[in-house]
Amino acid sequence: MTWLTTVLALLPLLGAAACALSKPGAARQVGLVAAGATLGLGAVVAVLWWRGHDLSQSVAWLPALGSSYDLSLDGVGVAMVALTVFLTPLVLVAEWKVAEGGRRWGAKVYSALILAVESCALFVFMTGDVMVFYLFFEAGLIPMYFLIAGWGQNQAQARSAALKFLLFGLAGGLVLLGAVVGTAALSAQATGGEISLNLARLAELDLGGSTLAKVTLVAFFVAFALKAPMVPAHTWLPAAAAQSTPGGAALMVGVLDKLGTFGMIRFCVALFPGESAWATPAVVVLALVSIFYGALAAIGQQNLMRLVAFTSISHFGFMVLGIFALTTPAMTGSIFYMVNHGLSTGALFLLVGYLAHRRGSAEITAFGGVAKLAPVLAGFTLVAGLAGCALPGTSSFVSEFLVMSGTWPRFHIVAGIAAGGTILAALYILWMYQRVMTGTPTDEVVAQVGEIDWRERLAVAPLLIALLGLGFFPRPALAVIEPASQQITAQAGGQALEPVVDLGGND
Amino acid sequence: MIWLEFTAPAIDYARLAPFIIVLGAACLGVLVEAFVERTWRHEVQTGLSVIALLGAVVAVIAQWDSYGLADSVAGSGAGLIGFDFGSVMIDGPTQIAWLTLLGFTLLSLLLFAERSVHGGHSAFTSAAAAIPGSRSEAEATSAQLEHAEVFPLALFSLAGMMLLTAGQDLLVMFVALEILSLPLYVLAALARHRRLGSQEAALKYFLLGAAASGMFLFGAALLFAYSGSFDLAGLALAQTAGVGSDWLLIAGLALVAAGLLFKIGAVPFHQWAPDVYQGAPTPVTGFMSVATKVAAVFALLRLFYVGLGPSWWTWRPVFVVAAIATMALGAVVGIVQSDVKRLLAYSSITHAGFILVGVAGAFTAVSLAADGTISHALGSVASITTYLVAYGCATLGCFACVTLVQSQGREATDLAAWSGLGRSKPWFGAVMLISLLSLAGIPLTAGFVGKLTVFVAAWRGGLWWLVLVAIVLSVVAVYVYFRLVAVLFFQPPRPGVEVKTPGPATVVVLALSVLGTLAFGLVPGPLTKLLASVGAFLVP
Repeated sequence: MTWLTTVLALLPLLGAAACALSKPGAARQVGLVAAGATLGLGAVVAVLWWRGHDLSQSVAWLPALGSSYDLSLDGVGVAMVALTVFLTPLVLVAEWKVAEGGRRWGAKVYSALILAVESCALFVFMTGDVMVFYLFFEAGLIPMYFLIAGWGQNQAQARSAALKFLLFGLAGGLVLLGAVVGTAALSAQATGGEISLNLARLAELDLGGSTLAKVTLVAFFVAFALKAPMVPAHTWLPAAAAQSTPGGAALMVGVLDKLGTFGMIRFCVALFPGESAWATPAVVVLALVSIFYGALAAIGQQNLMRLVAFTSISHFGFMVLGIFALTTPAMTGSIFYMVNHGLSTGALFLLVGYLAHRRGSAEITAFGGVAKLAPVLAGFTLVAGLAGCALPGTSSFVSEFLVMSGTWPRFHIVAGIAAGGTILAALYILWMYQRVMTGTPTDEVVAQVGEIDWRERLAVAPLLIALLGLGFFPRPALAVIEPASQQITAQAGGQALEPVVDLGGND
Repeated sequence: MIWLEFTAPAIDYARLAPFIIVLGAACLGVLVEAFVERTWRHEVQTGLSVIALLGAVVAVIAQWDSYGLADSVAGSGAGLIGFDFGSVMIDGPTQIAWLTLLGFTLLSLLLFAERSVHGGHSAFTSAAAAIPGSRSEAEATSAQLEHAEVFPLALFSLAGMMLLTAGQDLLVMFVALEILSLPLYVLAALARHRRLGSQEAALKYFLLGAAASGMFLFGAALLFAYSGSFDLAGLALAQTAGVGSDWLLIAGLALVAAGLLFKIGAVPFHQWAPDVYQGAPTPVTGFMSVATKVAAVFALLRLFYVGLGPSWWTWRPVFVVAAIATMALGAVVGIVQSDVKRLLAYSSITHAGFILVGVAGAFTAVSLAADGTISHALGSVASITTYLVAYGCATLGCFACVTLVQSQGREATDLAAWSGLGRSKPWFGAVMLISLLSLAGIPLTAGFVGKLTVFVAAWRGGLWWLVLVAIVLSVVAVYVYFRLVAVLFFQPPRPGVEVKTPGPATVVVLALSVLGTLAFGLVPGPLTKLLASVGAFLVP
């Protein structure tokens, strides 16, 4: 069974190759079949993992540096894998007509690139080796670069946005490389000469205590803060999101950027607990700045894609806060937040994409009164938006509440300030809704904006159902995440508070 | 009258066989020029060179086991066996350097031999001695004359490189350096098109190269004055003993370093590289940029790690400064280049800088454990070799592509001419993309493994801050390559520029370079294990 994880990660890549080789007319179908098969296999893997099957696999890859091709799953990994395999086919369905917009590359290349991104993300979420993590962390940048550069409305702007994305990504990646090299050197110090880059092995070693360990932690954090963009390293995200297709943006913000917060959990907190505690005050301040800056900037945006991108920056602030608060509920909340944010932001990007596709523009001023013309589209947007601002009843509320309540015992004031961010969140979502959906539609809007069809509904509805379903009944997700977060918090020497949400008989 | 006693040295010809085969084939090539009919020369020379190179590869591999390279046997000192010929040392690093040189020369010579992409003749001029644009040149061209001497010239140069990597005597190194350089000066002047540019490049290369050789020789003389010995062991001994004037040592050290840094193309001895790379025939540029660099880097490593090892505290700052300057200049100036060959020249300078990071790291990884087993981690020598293999594969792939892009029967190296070629010819785009990603050091390509191993070695050698600087400069270098990627994929194609269908020889080069880049990138274990087992240089 151990090879199943490899098959799962390789399946999208094979699908991408099949797309590239298939006839232009059939590429979309091939891509969707590959993404669907990945979803099915992902479900099988998740079930097998839940039942306790050993799915870990390890083959020597670069023995001279103690690196091995190592795939294994834990609660955090399973949650992120589930999000990835769930979101990708929906993106492909939503972008079914991507070839019709007169864009330069057809659906063939598009499907192949989306699947390549999925494959890289799956490798990263499942690997237990620092080097393999780094490899696919970097490799994912290349297909995403082409996704941004190839489909932008304005070619020159799209290319510059793509290059900005790539350079920020590579800068982060190379800082991460520095951190990886630092980890290798630290492991050699700790073991007396033998390098190891295996996470399980590294967790047994005591890497901390030296200046080099601090440098390494800072390098890790900077690399991940560039990825999960935190203010002030966020400037690439709104540009990249505005220029890429809505589906590409959903995948980029929903999945790829999670590699940043995922990395903070895996490497910063778990491997360097002492150094993380040392850095926590600065990180918490950065997280607060991100929460408020992202929210305020979102309020000021004129472009819907940029608005959603800025809301994400605010949300990433909450996730980072939860991770570094180092209590079990906050950690659980953060991990759950990563999943929910992928669902809600993915849905928002796709819905904004529907609007922009109809109107030919994503500027807020181009809309008004859409609710009268397309009530379903407006309703979907409202649900996705309210999920984005953590309304009770949506799963985002559960995760945000957990982050807050887990942060409170350690940082009263910080938790109090962060709560203010949720008020701003309501403001940017509702004001956006008001300007776009309510009021009297202009003639152009009447002429161009119509109701969404079944394909478009099919792409977004599962996301909304998941958001509401996990909002009323979060237990399955928390049952997967809670044990992992307990383990990470214990490893990092944090406060193992009582679980806020009772898991019933699962304890 | 005193008779000088002369004892014939005992020479183990089997050990020297690879070198002798190459040198013999080069001499035979000269005879071929004299005696074989003109119409057959090109084919005969190609065949002779390829057979000689393959024979030399076989001769290296035949010696493999006796160096203990195949398996690390506990306690036997695997990789620590050497064959000392007095002024030539054949040890693990020599063997691996020879293999690398032979492999890359073979690929370069295939580009030399390619005729179909140039419209039925080779990339070299028909009459090198004729004045460019003159009637005798036109006559030679219409008579389909060719200079098949390029093959023996390249083989002579290769022989010089092989001797340079094995030399452990300053005079042998100097002689090898000259054998290596002189044929290259001639080769650089032989371009078929833009001959004046080619001749200018050759003259520039010759003059600056002669100055560099002079510096090396002067440095060798000063080191002799310091230690009273030309061989590296004696030199090292003198430093350990602490006899002689430090000023002689430092001046000599600086001058020999300058001579070799010139060949590597490191700042501040890099000025020749862009002009010569641009002017020389593209197959020669490929040969020069890869093989010369491999040979000079190995000579630098042996000279400084073995001969000047005891003075490492003196030379390390020199290499640290040279590394930073070289990386920074190559990457930053590479950004504004508008010619593909010049861009690749600056790329080659940047890579010289990354290699120097490894040289400065000077990390020896062979350690003897308590139970007598020898563990080989990746030391500086092994990691730099990994880097060179990756760099060579990607660079030769790029230069093979450069020979294919033509406009009006000539190579079009202007960056603008390359617009959209990646989209109009997807296979061409794929080869360039993979090669450029490797040069940029993107993961899952060989270039990444090379960078990683060099950085780890330098970090473990204590230069962690230099590694961080190198990482920052890597980002700048990435921008250079992605500029070319953007031109290839995101701009509309230019009319009049075509990508020629490669002939069989070029196909082999393209396939092997891409295969090497991907194989070493995806499965680096075997290569790094092999290189780690080679061990360090031996002190006689």
